[in-house]
Amino acid sequence: MKIAVLSGKGGTGKTLVSVNLAAVAKTSTYIDCDVEEPNGHLFFKPKDIIEEEISVKIPKVDGNLCSGCRRCVEFCKFNALAYIKEKLIVFEDICHSCGGCILLCPEKALTEKEKVIGRVQKGTSEQVTVYTGILNPGEPSGIPIIKKLLDENEHERSKTIFIDCPPGSACIVMESIKDADYCILVAEPTLFGVHNLNMVYELVKLFNKPFGVVLNKCLDGENPSEKFCIEKGIRILGRIPFDNELGSLNSNAEIAVRKSEKYRTIFSSLLEDVKKEVHHETTSDS
Amino acid sequence: MKIAIPVNEKSLESNVCVSFGRTPYFLIYDTDTQKSVFLDNSAAASTGGAGIKAAQMIADNKVNILLTPRLGENAADVLKSAEIEIYKTTTASAKDNIDVFIAGKLPLLNEIHAGFHGHGGK
Repeated sequence: MKIAVLSGKGGTGKTLVSVNLAAVAKTSTYIDCDVEEPNGHLFFKPKDIIEEEISVKIPKVDGNLCSGCRRCVEFCKFNALAYIKEKLIVFEDICHSCGGCILLCPEKALTEKEKVIGRVQKGTSEQVTVYTGILNPGEPSGIPIIKKLLDENEHERSKTIFIDCPPGSACIVMESIKDADYCILVAEPTLFGVHNLNMVYELVKLFNKPFGVVLNKCLDGENPSEKFCIEKGIRILGRIPFDNELGSLNSNAEIAVRKSEKYRTIFSSLLEDVKKEVHHETTSDS
Repeated sequence: MKIAIPVNEKSLESNVCVSFGRTPYFLIYDTDTQKSVFLDNSAAASTGGAGIKAAQMIADNKVNILLTPRLGENAADVLKSAEIEIYKTTTASAKDNIDVFIAGKLPLLNEIHAGFHGHGGK
């Protein structure tokens, strides 16, 4: 079972929810797909880390073979190639590794070379297997790292997998939720929060994913995100209070469910509800 | 000698465009024939790498001198490979900038910015 946790913006509580759900599930897998700023590891402090570099393929030119036909220059949608004074220039930082230029080159002057764009770490924290994807600063796309993180063959099927998504609703989030069985949308109780919730709401609907909302930072009084859920008929899975104790635990990089009975209860019940929802979705699908 | 300037409108009186890569047009002025040509900048609508594509177009048009208010790192790499000299414009019109350049009073462009997409710069 794969559960993705997402939100329209950063700081809403994706990591809080996914880390605590993974920790309260005891034997589980936590995958940090927020490769531009992974922070789940700060809470889990995983041990016995194994690290693997992730690279993409970019073109390398053999100047002796290049005839200057410029097919590659004209083909590249990202303008990563220029042909100046009978010399092909490759802009490695601009290249999106589609491989098109290499396929097109009639002289076979272009070949592939590896370029490291980041790394994946695997470690353990109690009985949670923790995966962290790290994209090197300045790289255009973290998708190759996410593909590696979510590679089916890497994970034990018996364990529940919690996917901590990048913020927003762009390609990198789509890649993260693509194979998820269920999506948890985390929302803040503000008008701005509703706007961001709507972004991910539209995304999960587009992907036909079963989903529910966790209302974070709940205070007494009006909650625009709650109102939005009621209006749209969206299932509210749980409410996390805007609470000093939780804030202190979190800002000290502690996992609330491992430190507080109160939060162990809140997240256990959230986990049970999510499991029931996933079960319900899978049985109603078949 | 051919001079290129990014311009907002197809007119000698046009302002210089603040962007090199995404300017709508380039004015190409030939000092020998004193004739002007306006080129549509096909790079303006690029998803990325507009500066590289615009610089390629400038080089392909056998330009010797570029007058621009600023320039990104990747575009500068292409232009330098093409041995095109780069001078910094003032807020005056394209025509005034050409006159000031011909009078030898425009400074060389020294500041090259690292781009706005996080991938320029080392």
